[in-house]
Amino acid sequence: MNLYGIRAIYVFEMARMKRTVVQSIVAPVLSTSLYFVIFGAAIGSRITEIDGVSYGSFIVPGLIMLALLTESISNASFGIYFPKFTGTIFEVLSAPVSWVEVLIGYVGAAATKSIIIGSIILATANLFVDVSIAHPVIMVLFLVLTSISFSLFGFILGIWADGWEKLTIVPILVVMPLTFLGGTFYSISMLPPAWQTVSLFNPVVYLVSGFRWSFYQNADVSVAVSLGMTLSFLVACLILVRWIFKTGYRLRT
Amino acid sequence: MQPMLSISGLGKTYAGGFEALKRVDLEIRRGEIFALLGPNGAGKTTLISIVCGLVNASGGEVLVDGYDIVGDYRKTRSIIGLVPQELTTETFETVWNTVSFTRGLFGLAPDPAHIEGVLKSLSLWDKKDERAINLSGGMKRRVLIAKALAHEPKLLFLDEPTAGVDVELRQDMWNVVRSLRDDGVTVILTTHYIEEAEQMADRVGVINHGELILVQDKSSLMLELGKKQLFLHLNDGIDRIPASLTDYELDLSDDGDELVYTYDTRSERTGITALLGDLQEAGITFNDLRTSQSSLEEIFVNLVKRPT
Repeated sequence: MNLYGIRAIYVFEMARMKRTVVQSIVAPVLSTSLYFVIFGAAIGSRITEIDGVSYGSFIVPGLIMLALLTESISNASFGIYFPKFTGTIFEVLSAPVSWVEVLIGYVGAAATKSIIIGSIILATANLFVDVSIAHPVIMVLFLVLTSISFSLFGFILGIWADGWEKLTIVPILVVMPLTFLGGTFYSISMLPPAWQTVSLFNPVVYLVSGFRWSFYQNADVSVAVSLGMTLSFLVACLILVRWIFKTGYRLRT
Repeated sequence: MQPMLSISGLGKTYAGGFEALKRVDLEIRRGEIFALLGPNGAGKTTLISIVCGLVNASGGEVLVDGYDIVGDYRKTRSIIGLVPQELTTETFETVWNTVSFTRGLFGLAPDPAHIEGVLKSLSLWDKKDERAINLSGGMKRRVLIAKALAHEPKLLFLDEPTAGVDVELRQDMWNVVRSLRDDGVTVILTTHYIEEAEQMADRVGVINHGELILVQDKSSLMLELGKKQLFLHLNDGIDRIPASLTDYELDLSDDGDELVYTYDTRSERTGITALLGDLQEAGITFNDLRTSQSSLEEIFVNLVKRPT
């Protein structure tokens, strides 16, 4: 295994985060903190408890998931799209690195950034609302798995995109609606039965539900199903990435 | 001795149906400088891109140092350095970081002394902390060469390395290439500056319409295909070539002051002695003479103009 190669890609990508710390770290933390201020402290105080948890505390796992999803996709897609755009990707494609090593470097760095952001948001949430974590190991597991899975998804998006518009269109038109409708700000049990069924087709529901369970032991769907769905998404992305590198789709002519 | 690069039956047809390479066979000797010439769209970059792993071949086999580029890609790619045609540098990274990145990417442990040596040889040392975005085109070209040398390649591809660079850089670059050859590195270059190939290359290959139409030692190519011409500046101009000299391949300049005799350097007799005797007999005298030999450029143009 080309460990120096993996390290080179990983360090290079992390250096990009350091260069753009305001955009990479401060911006998502600030915007999520605003959610806490508005929905937690201001409006939240007028909303009744959900499953015995105050509204401000209830939305913490969902908001962390929202940040993880958007940041993982954005970081990973930009990380691979930018070298494609500038042409420097030739170096990675002509280097003695396997697709797994390329993936560990790029996706590992993007997932690391997301985990850092998620952790900072969790710490910030404590400043605004009461947060308790019932199952810390499961919480970390969901945090890591979600970051990796959606960084993988972002990586695929970055390879697929052949223009800046395509790079932003999926996060805005697909991921953002799914996240807002995935139980970030509410429990899907609050919806009419028909919409509850529809919600079960939204993969984000499983992520938010499982993650929230690790905090408050309340879940819309069983935690095992949540974990299974997250892992399935991860495996599906891995299969797709393997196919991309095997065929050279949008990478090699 | 095993060739550094061995290409057999290499073909490439792009998705749109364009056949960029048609069963190309080529062997590159160890330690030589090989110039690959060809007009735009001839298949030069496609050939290089396949060897480097950037383009998938449609057929054929490529061995680098005896290793297959598909089955043993780790070995072959770690041997190869590539300086691409386009000025593609990591916009926001410093020169030092981007060159060090390449070394790591190619699987080698950090070696600041080597990177320092490469940067100094390319006059980049004082720019090591500059970001690529602040560099001139020539400096970016140097950075690309430094990156290609960061992992100590045994086979270096220079794809149009001197396109758009100034004379000073071109000289620097060729000094680096010469020192690389002295260290045993095999160099394959494509260039539009044919005088460079003429100066630098040991062998020349000409590719056109995806076919390798010629591979030869540069000196024997120039000897074989090079026509030589004798220019005679006449004391008194003439209106036409006298009938007694029509057997010679002679041309008269428009002003009638110069006779140009074209002869074959390969033939046993060039006919110069006989011509000079016949000129004297015809009463034509001259006050100056010079000879000129076809440049590689003329040879190249003649080759690619041939109908395929």
